Amino acid sequence: MKKTMLIDNSKCIGCRACQVACKQWNQLPAENTQFNGTYENPSRFSPITWTKIAFREYESDGKDRWTFTKLGCMHCTDAACIKVCPASAISHTEYGTVKIDQNKCIGCNYCAANCTFNVIGFDQAANVARKCTFCYDRVSAGMSPACAKACPTGAITYGGRSEMIDLAKRRLAALRKAGNSKAVVYGLEELDGLAMMYILKDGLDGAEAKYGLPENPRIRTAAHIWDLVFKPVRAAVVLAMVFALWINKSESTKETNNS
Amino acid sequence: MTNHWIDYQNSDVIMNIGGNTAENHPISMRWIEKARATRGAKLIAVDPRVSRTAAMADLHVPIRPGTNTAYLGGMINYTLENKLYHEEYVQYYTNATYLVNEGFTFDEENCYFSGIEDDPARKAKKYNRSTWSYQKDAEGNVIKDPTMEDPRCVFQLMKQFYAKYTLEMIEKITGCPRETLEESYKLFGGTGQAGKAGNILYAMGITQFTHGAQNVRAIAIVQLLLGNMGIAGGGVNAQRGQSNVQGSTDMAMLYHIIPGYMPCPSQGPHATLEDYNATTPGGYWANRPKFLASLLRAWYPGVELADAYHYLPKLDGRDHSHIGMYKYTSEGEVEGMICWADNPAVTGPSAGHKRHYQANLKWLVSVDIFENETASFWKAPGTDPKEIATEVFILPAAAAYEREGTKSNSGRWIQWQYKAQQAPGECKPDLWIVDKLFKAVREEYKSGGAFPDPILKINWDYGDEADPNLVAMELNGYDHTKGRDALLTNFTQLKDDGTTACGNWVYSGYYNNAANPPCKSRIKETEGIGLNSQWSFAWPLNRRIVYNRCSSDPAGKPWNAATALVWWDEVAGEWVRRDVPDFGWRSPEGETIPPEVSAVKPFIMTGEGQGRLFTDGVNDGPFPAHFEPAESPTANLLYPKATYNPVSQRWYEDHTCETGDPNFPYVITTYRVTEHYQSGIMTRNTPWLNELMPELFIELSLDLADELNIKNGDMVSIETKRGQIEAKACVTSRLKPMTVNGRKQHFVGMPFHWGFMGMAKGAVTNDLSPSVGDANTTIPEYKAFLCNIRKVV
Repeated sequence: MKKTMLIDNSKCIGCRACQVACKQWNQLPAENTQFNGTYENPSRFSPITWTKIAFREYESDGKDRWTFTKLGCMHCTDAACIKVCPASAISHTEYGTVKIDQNKCIGCNYCAANCTFNVIGFDQAANVARKCTFCYDRVSAGMSPACAKACPTGAITYGGRSEMIDLAKRRLAALRKAGNSKAVVYGLEELDGLAMMYILKDGLDGAEAKYGLPENPRIRTAAHIWDLVFKPVRAAVVLAMVFALWINKSESTKETNNS
Repeated sequence: MTNHWIDYQNSDVIMNIGGNTAENHPISMRWIEKARATRGAKLIAVDPRVSRTAAMADLHVPIRPGTNTAYLGGMINYTLENKLYHEEYVQYYTNATYLVNEGFTFDEENCYFSGIEDDPARKAKKYNRSTWSYQKDAEGNVIKDPTMEDPRCVFQLMKQFYAKYTLEMIEKITGCPRETLEESYKLFGGTGQAGKAGNILYAMGITQFTHGAQNVRAIAIVQLLLGNMGIAGGGVNAQRGQSNVQGSTDMAMLYHIIPGYMPCPSQGPHATLEDYNATTPGGYWANRPKFLASLLRAWYPGVELADAYHYLPKLDGRDHSHIGMYKYTSEGEVEGMICWADNPAVTGPSAGHKRHYQANLKWLVSVDIFENETASFWKAPGTDPKEIATEVFILPAAAAYEREGTKSNSGRWIQWQYKAQQAPGECKPDLWIVDKLFKAVREEYKSGGAFPDPILKINWDYGDEADPNLVAMELNGYDHTKGRDALLTNFTQLKDDGTTACGNWVYSGYYNNAANPPCKSRIKETEGIGLNSQWSFAWPLNRRIVYNRCSSDPAGKPWNAATALVWWDEVAGEWVRRDVPDFGWRSPEGETIPPEVSAVKPFIMTGEGQGRLFTDGVNDGPFPAHFEPAESPTANLLYPKATYNPVSQRWYEDHTCETGDPNFPYVITTYRVTEHYQSGIMTRNTPWLNELMPELFIELSLDLADELNIKNGDMVSIETKRGQIEAKACVTSRLKPMTVNGRKQHFVGMPFHWGFMGMAKGAVTNDLSPSVGDANTTIPEYKAFLCNIRKVV
């Protein structure tokens, strides 16, 4: 059954309990950050930062806005990372979420380079790509993802996709009734549906500046070309790459031994 | 709080003033969001900057730091002028109709009430409050005017007092545009309609001023006028900044009280138990002698009550607050100090001075979960350890989840918390530490001492390894003639003859059944208005919302049937009780008391039995008046000869700058962020939190940054009369300069979580703040003072 998290941006207070819960459950170490003039930190996604709150300041209808939006892997139905992975290491799970099989990953970094939302981190030490797993371990044990569990205000709700779509529609109607005429749902149609679905209180126009989300998310042309042109010869490409890596490794081992 | 967290779901309008609820109390937003979703509730955020709360609010009201009384006074005036108040409520449930003593006067120039006197010891003023009283007839009854038209009645005096607090004037003082002021007054004033609920949430942005108590008073007046006290979704709700700070107040952590909010005895007026009891107030407090006798019995079981009273420490007339204790330390009067879960070297006002004074101590004990700045003051930058002779002891403490006991939340819910894991190494629970410490002290006194009896005779019967359940039984109270296992049901059973023992009367009932104590009960409400009466125990008597008689009209008919707490069923001739009634509804003989009896005394804790719009209960005036903070950029526009609160003690010479000092042109305020807690010693040792908020910063407007050529992330120097520090710039559109009295006024803001110990280090913001305090509580004025800033090149 397809699972979805509904992120209600109108209820998010930017407390970042989700960010810490993610690190804690997945045992991801802290990044060594600096204050860069914004509350938002770390400044980018990485192999040890899978989710974070985007803090955005802008003016709208003569009012100063400050919005908090939880970002991370969107678990796209039409996912660029799945398209480009030469090792078939990335696939959809039975929940409709996107998972990287760390045993199959060959560390080519194509997924990260082609990700529509720039949320995949490349772990150079282990030579693998890492990102949000939608807490596959928790979800398959019948629990909600760590971030949803930690949210104090109800800004993150987790459940079956159809149930979440119903909830999103009800919430949207309520927000509009309360005078938020611009409110929209994001992730319903985008890339054939995102497992991270959003309520965006202040409309979709200028989504990048308002929430750190692309207004019209698309798969990059390069990813399409890769998918169409090279996919048929994927096995050969993989073999070639493994061979190249093996040669490279034995060379570097020699060098190490020599030194 | 008069109400509780979950009750926010019942509010129609929620005003968060002098607090940042989304930032510092995130769970509150769950209930505020529920109120918005289910009732269409509105949230108003009164805050100088766009805080996380203001970002979530329907209306943001930016006021200059330190002008809350003016803002609230403006609301009182607007409410009275536009008749937004709940007339029947005001007439019956408050002292609006009381006639005030003819001798009560007010000096408009100086903002002095009658009775002003010099107080040379405190280098300040004080009041003789004898004229702050009511007119009485020959029989001693208060004279009242039910029409509220007599010029000497409280209602008319209040109206006259606040008539100057016009929109124009409040705009000039606060810097908030009058349209925004009016919109907020109108929106919140709308809850004056019968059946509507308005909720005011506040925190340290209301209290941490030289006039902090008067800010709280102003909130109380607004809520009484609008009929928002004693109803679901209403109330004066102090949001406590730590999970058990309510509990520590209940247990008399502050020096002016003993457990259960009884005043600490003073040397002069309270020489004997008889003297103390002679000052017993009216209302339900008339039972105070029973509470005190039971406290003395719990502490000194084998001693006559009158003798046991002599064992209590007495106040010597001096201020023993934080500011006072450090002042006496600076003068060499204090030999040793125990800092228990406290880090004043970071959180105290003028913290740099405080660290310096600590060198006068012979010894210092620090009890904390990490090595903090107070214990390590000798390692502070610029300090030479060779010049410091203080001996420091660090006792490693167990963290909250490594020990067992209760936590009392802001809504007065006393909840038992079990130990989740073993503390590491030699870290010990606080109870273990205090138990061993006391036993060691007692051992020393066995060979004699100045006054050994209070130590040797005190009851300390909690086992070899102190058991928190046994402490709880003592606090709950028991029949002394039968022993500690004979637990009392609640405090209505307490006696003044020494036959009952009770460590804290307000807690009585929370542990009245050793097998199944109410504070351990965890039954969620399945239907209702969120009172959750079987989830833990709320003091007093498991009452969830206090003053709840006011949720119905004088005849007992609910103002709002859906959320009423108690009401009169006329047909059955009986009270319907959703909550535990906060009034006499049944006689000791079991007879029902009809509504007209309680209608005249719905506020049982006051002597009048009514809510006080006018009071003699505070040190600095019966009505809250607008005073500027001790350091202010402008003169007092309402009272030309007044500056800051004249009753606030002047502690240090040359400690604050003059009004409008050109060397310190900017207003600065301080606050917390979600990611760190207080002095940061717990959170700055947590890498995941340091990742989110790694360094100290200062928030300033685009406008000011432009004037001073400061870019986002630049290093900035901040200087006040007390010290100078550096922090990174956060240049933001969330702060805007204000127009105060026709002039552009900049303000900046800083969090105060950093210090020189721990994993993430930074300057101590409180090196900047002044050691001046409120005229009643001496809480320091952290929220508004003056500074200069410049770019570090």
